[in-house]
This record gives sequence, structure tokens and C-alpha cells, in this order.
Amino acid sequence: MVEKLIFELGKRGRTGSSIPRDELEKISLKELLEEDLLRENDPKLPEVSEIEIIRHYTKLSQLNFCVDTNFYPLGSCTMKYNPRICEKLASLDGFKNLHPYEPEELVQGALKIMYELGKYLCEIGGFDAITLQPSAGAHGELTGLLMIGAYHRHRGEKRTKVIIPDSAHGTNPASCTLAGFKAIEIKSGEDGCIDIETLKKHLDESTAAVMITNPNTLGIFEEKIAQIAELTHSVGALLYGDGANLNALMGISRPGDMGFDVLHFNLHKTFSTPHGGGGPGSGPVAVKKELEPFLPIPVIVEENGRYRLDYDRPLSIGKIKAFYGNFSVMLKAYVYIRMMGSKGLKEASEKAVLNANYVISRLKGAFELPYDKQPMHEGVLSGKRFKKFGVKTIDIAKRLLDYGFHPPTVYFPLIVEEAIMIEPTETETKETLDEFISAMLQIAKEAEENPSLLKEAPHKTPVRRLDEVKAARNPVLRWIKSEGDQ
Amino acid sequence: MPFIPHTSEDEREILKHLGIKRKEELFSHIPDEIKLRRDLLLPPPLSELEIEKELIKIASLNRTVRDYVSFLGGGSYDHWIPATVEALLSRGEIFSPYTPYQPEASQGTLTMLFEYQTMMCELFQMEVSNASVYDGATALAEACLMALRITKRDKVLLSSAIHPEYRKVVRAYMESAGFGVEELSFDQKGRTNLNELESKNLSEFGAIAIQTPNFFGVIEDINAFKNLKKDGALLIACVAEPLSLGVIAPPGSYGADIAVGEGGSLGMHLSFGGPYLGIFTSRMKYLRNMPGRIVGETIDREGKRGFVLTLATREQHIRRAKATSNICTNHNMCAIAATIYLASLGKRGFKKVSEINLKKTHFLAKEIAKRGFELLFPSPFFNEFAIRIKNPEKVIERGLNEGFIAGLSLGKFYAELKDALLITVTEMHSLNDLSRFASFLEGMKDG
Repeated sequence: MVEKLIFELGKRGRTGSSIPRDELEKISLKELLEEDLLRENDPKLPEVSEIEIIRHYTKLSQLNFCVDTNFYPLGSCTMKYNPRICEKLASLDGFKNLHPYEPEELVQGALKIMYELGKYLCEIGGFDAITLQPSAGAHGELTGLLMIGAYHRHRGEKRTKVIIPDSAHGTNPASCTLAGFKAIEIKSGEDGCIDIETLKKHLDESTAAVMITNPNTLGIFEEKIAQIAELTHSVGALLYGDGANLNALMGISRPGDMGFDVLHFNLHKTFSTPHGGGGPGSGPVAVKKELEPFLPIPVIVEENGRYRLDYDRPLSIGKIKAFYGNFSVMLKAYVYIRMMGSKGLKEASEKAVLNANYVISRLKGAFELPYDKQPMHEGVLSGKRFKKFGVKTIDIAKRLLDYGFHPPTVYFPLIVEEAIMIEPTETETKETLDEFISAMLQIAKEAEENPSLLKEAPHKTPVRRLDEVKAARNPVLRWIKSEGDQ
Repeated sequence: MPFIPHTSEDEREILKHLGIKRKEELFSHIPDEIKLRRDLLLPPPLSELEIEKELIKIASLNRTVRDYVSFLGGGSYDHWIPATVEALLSRGEIFSPYTPYQPEASQGTLTMLFEYQTMMCELFQMEVSNASVYDGATALAEACLMALRITKRDKVLLSSAIHPEYRKVVRAYMESAGFGVEELSFDQKGRTNLNELESKNLSEFGAIAIQTPNFFGVIEDINAFKNLKKDGALLIACVAEPLSLGVIAPPGSYGADIAVGEGGSLGMHLSFGGPYLGIFTSRMKYLRNMPGRIVGETIDREGKRGFVLTLATREQHIRRAKATSNICTNHNMCAIAATIYLASLGKRGFKKVSEINLKKTHFLAKEIAKRGFELLFPSPFFNEFAIRIKNPEKVIERGLNEGFIAGLSLGKFYAELKDALLITVTEMHSLNDLSRFASFLEGMKDG
């Protein structure tokens, strides 16, 4: 056992915080509510003291790899450093204690930040209007696709399908289904890019959108993007951009200028807000002028230096989330953009691309590079040549943990056998990159010379290789008190 | 640039290794016509000192619930947060990892989520919980979609006493996909009009969704739900207020099949509406239809207990277009906040805070009634209640002068409730605050 669960700690009668005083102690609940509305059995929550809580969660936290402790080159996730000043400013009283239904005159500061962040994102992406509401990238995808659906319906057209390359993030086809479209997956060309002839074959009057990432999930820039946009528009369809890979492009090239009509941003990736172990994120969606009427309500508008929430938008898709989105995440992205400025953002993209090129270039001898094109901010290698030693990519990933590195993304994109997808980001030092490269090269050697070292890895983590099959076959999804527990 | 460590020497060395002279060459494959030939039009960069000054200035344009005595609720509640929550969440090991895809390097996050799932099952008295969705509204939308997957039907029935914004979100999720949404009205008591069910063909609906306490703070007739399940239609209880579950009967006790809620009250700041926490729980038999991530217990090669993300075969990275939902990044850190919050309050504290909320709300309702006001709905309530008052907008405006944010004007959401004010009370209010507020309202009685 690594750590006990909080339920296995403590003793009856302990409490972990100073509970508010009950000034109305004398009133009994039964005077206020009918008995059959009252709860019969108390929820079995822990009974632990404050020191037990602090120790327990501090110890648990130490079992995590994270950006603050380890290099985390997880492809497609953009695990860059999260500046502390952003955290500090998001916790100002003026922001954290703001209620979403306060009268507009009391929340001008918050509206100003949201309005300006929206403007900055439109400028960075090359778009005209934006919603900040979506909670994450996939939520942004859904929002964008709902707007695309509303746009076509408004024009009296019923378009049923969305074309997606087979290298796409899994959320893309899932979001299409959720938005009521049929996802049509097309095979990538030999160069890892969209095959124009295949695309042409599928484009027709029933196409609502083409949904792609640029750079794509192989880290390769779709050089024919302008042509793709033109073809898409020629049948009346729209071009949706998955902004997960925007960290390659800031200040260099704008998706709006490439011909994208809709783009979602991942503030937790490109704009450096923390991933939180899997959220909260924030996935604003920017659009070209013609899609503006369909944005979710409310939209923030500015009139003579005053900001207000505009709900009067008859063509809006409605709401995709309560209130206005993940405000404190937006605030951190706002601080980041204001500190970086135009030059800083461009430098971030340049260095992210530089670092990815460096790492991929140094590793492509020991690992296969399935698509030998110049990478952008990330690159995809393959571990398939180690299969002959009985070593799979997952073993390489687990061995990296022993060297103190979080593994890259593995087995994605699906079109690359034994894929290893590396995204170093711009916030790492050259020393760190060199150490990672050495570890990878050493592991490649170990794979040939001592494969069992990899297959049995990790050796140094708090737990060894975990049995994921057992977890799925016999799901234990909550703690159940066993006999003998207090 | 503090966030980008390369020196010019580092850059030179890398460029030399790559065999190129200028970093611009890294982008030479981007066609010229789509390259940006100018700087981005953004404000000039600021140092840490400057941004701090600037943000303090912007923050000062806001007035918060600490500047006033606030009676705002409506799905976002101001509660006390034990210091342990912020202290632990500020650890980089908690906020700076990614989704725990490599479980051996993520046992901290995974263990905390397993504890979270356990606690949510306890609170809601349900059998299984996922590891969070975005918020209460999207949780309800996902619940409706899940019910339709299970029943293979194409319509849902929503109580119109569910949070208006939640209903809007459900409609946005449903209607584009060709699913239908119908609503049940609420009665004179502010409770969902279940009599209307008799005129509906229930075999058409995959779900009947209610919220309790509902948007008016009214506790629904939960005993009636036990007998509601006809023709296999699923009942969904959207418990907007998990904190009520310290005193009020939980969804599992009256037969909910899917129970969801907004977890923002469990240790999260108001933050102008987000991020909060979407709680999602269900019955074991529907496990494989649940959206979102789930953490499961297992063992490592040495037999040690450990935790992993499990049942990924439901999810988009495997099932793609056929996945149970598109949710990927969830609200993990909010789930951790709720876990630490509940652990800190503990069994007794949680119940006590819940009780105090109930008692103080009733205290204010009585104080107001004493001054001759009529409660809008004569029903049991928790945390909030509505009163009839002339011109609620004006009451709110005047209240600001007296140091109160008087509540939420219901006319904003319900055209027929133009003379109603929704008032929310939590443990943050002192009895003195409440009495003073009742006197203020008395003065506003005649508009």
C-alpha cells in the first residue's frame, strides 16, 4: 500500500477544521422540515484532524509527476510552465469573490478582462468575434460545431456530415456525433498531410464542415491549407480549426488568414494556465463575421468604456454552460498574454518549434521518424523497431519514468504504429532537453541489450506497473468499508 | 523573458545542430501568403510588477460579496472554505500535472479522485460516480444524453423549476442532435407539476429531470418520485445543491437512476461563475453508458494497491465517433477541491454546515414574514426562497446603498414572476445581517 485512503485514517469524533458555530442550535430540524424529507443516514465522510488532512494530501501530491517537478513532454498537451503570478492575481479578492449574478455596474473589471481577452484571442487567431464560455477544448469543438449547424440551418440548408482526417484527436469525431453530424474519416496522405484528392472525393453539398488541426497531430504544417480552405468553401462548407496546436503559430501565421472560419483555443495549453491534473481548462471559440450571430449568449459588448452582457441575440445557439465560462482560467491567460506581448508570444512559438526540432532531430536515428517532414512544435516518432526485442512503446514510456521524465504521449496519433509523440514546449532549458535526449538514447540501447529492464519498468516509482486489465474487468470505483475498519 | 529560458548561445547551438542559420528557417515551409507580416496588435508587454499593479486596478473596478452583504444564489453560492483547501490546491504537484494517463507517475491525482468518487457516492447515495464533468448544467445535459442512450428514446422531459440556464444548456445539447425537450410547469407551491405527467405519453421519454432543491430553493415532493417510474422512463434528480445533502434525503433514497449536481459549493470560490464542478453519479448497471473519466482500484506487479483511469473503452480516444461523450479535459482540480473540503469538514462538520444553511435560511424567512411579506411558494425550502415584492429591480438598486445585494430578480428568468425576489442565505450570514436585511426589506415593501 502506497498511502492509505482518507477513509482509512482518523477516528470517530475527530474533525479537520473549525466548524462554524451554530447560532440557532436550539432549533431542531424537524421544526423546519417534514421528517420524510430529512436524510436518514449520514454520508460516511472521513473523521480526521487537520494535521492528518495536510499530511495525507501533501504525501499524495508527492506521488505525482508534474511540470513543477519533472519534464513533461506530453505531445498535443503543451505542458508548459505555469507562471506563479497568474495564480496570485487570480486569487485577488476582487476576482475570486465575485458572484456571476451581481448587477453589471459591480463587475466592470471582470467584464473588461473578458472583453479584452476576447479581443486579444481574435487578433492572435485572425478572427472577428468570440465566445469564452466553453470549459475545455472538446467543449469548444461542440460549441463551434453547433454554431456551424445553426449557420447552415439559417441559410435553409441541411448539411449532415463533417470530414475529419484519420490523424485527428478523438474528441473531434466524438464532438461531431454530439452535435448531430456524421463524422466522415478520411485517410491521410503518404506525407501525413491531408490528401487533396481524397478530400475532393468526399466534399459535396451535404458537407457541413471540414475539421482539422494545423499543424496536424503529427506536428506537421498542412502546407496546402489555403487550397483546403478554398475547396471546403467551394461546396459551401466551413473550415473548423482544432486549436490544440496553436503554440506553434503565435505571431507567425494566423488560422483566420489561412481560411479557417471557426477555431477553438485551449487556454490551458497555449496560454499557460495549469492543467490541474485534467482540468479545469478553458476553450474559447473564435469565428469569422458570418458566424457571429450564432455565438452563445451572453456576448460581452463595450459601449463608451462600459461593458455589458448582451442576451438579446435571436440567432444564438443558446447556452453551453451556466454563467460565462471558467473565469479564473481566463484571467490567468489574460495575465500571461499581457506579460508576453506580441514579441513574447512569437518568441514562445519560435522556441517551442526550435526545441521540438532539436529533440526530434537528435532522436530520429535511434527511433524511427515515420513522416520525415520538418516538425513544428511537436514530433511523432515510432518505437516499432524495438518490437523485435519484445519491447513496445509502452515499455519505453514506463522506463522513462525511472529516469525522472514524464513520458511523451504514446499510441497517438493512431495512424503511426507504436507512436511516441513529443512536445517539449518553449519553457524548458537546453540542459533539460539534453538530459531527456540522453535518457531516450540510453533506453533505446537498453531495449536491445536488456529488454526485460524495460518490460519490468518502472522500477523507481511509488507503484510498479499497474494492472489496467484487472481494473477494467472487475471495476472497483469507490472505497467500501471492509470488516475490521473503524 | 522569465518563462523562456534559452540564452542566445543555447539558440545558436541548437540552430547549429539543425544546420540552419536563422530561426526563421524553421518556418520556411509555411507559404508566404499566409505568414503574418506584422506584429500582433497587443498591448506592450508588462513586467511582473506592472501587471500586478494593473490587475489590482482592474480588480478594484469590481465590488464583491465581501463589499456587501449578498443574498445572491441561483446556482452559485458563497460559502466558507477551510484554509486547508487553498493551502493544498496551491501545491504545484496538484495544479501542474496533466490527466493521469501514466498511473505510476500519477498516484496522487488518482487516489484523490478515487476518494472523490467515494464521497460523491456517499453524498448522493448512488453506486458510482465519475471523476467530474464541467459544471451542473453540462452534467444535466450529459445525464439526459445518457438516459437516451440507455432507453433508445429521443425525448426528455424537464421540470421548468430547474435552473433556467441549465435548461438552456440541455436544449443546446439536445436539439441540434435532433432530440426533443418538453417541459413540465411548476405549481402554486413552486413544485414541479407532476399531474401533467398524466397527459404525457411517458413511453416517448428517456428521462424526466427534476432539480431539488429547485431553482426557487423549493424541495420537490421527493416521495412522489418513488412511484414515478413508468414505462421505463428514467428519473434524473439534478441536485443543484450537494451541501443540502447533509440534511435532506439524497437522490438514491428516492430512486434516482442518474443524479447530478453543481459542486461549486464544496470548496470553490465564486470566481464570477467558474470554474465549478459537475458532479455525475449513477447506478452500477449503467456504468458503461456513463460519460467522462472514471478511476478504478487495481494492483501493481508486486500486489500493491494502486489506481488507474479505467473503462476507457467508453471514451473518445478509443471509440471516437461512437464514444459515450466528447468530454476529455474535465474539472479534475475542482473535484480535488471538493474532496479536501469534505475531508476537512468531516462527517460532523458537513452535516453541521448543511444544518446551519437550512436554519439561517428559515430564520430570515421568518423575520421577513413577521414584517408582513408573503413567501412566493409555501413549500419546504433549503438555502433560498422567493418573496413577492414590488419592483425587485428597484429593491436591488436601493439595497446597494444600504450595503446589501438584495438577491436575484426572478423576472429575469420567468416572465410571470416579475414581482418576485429570490433570496439566498448561507452560513456566511450573521443573524444580525439577516435581521438588518429584513428591516431593510420592510422599508421597501411598498416599492
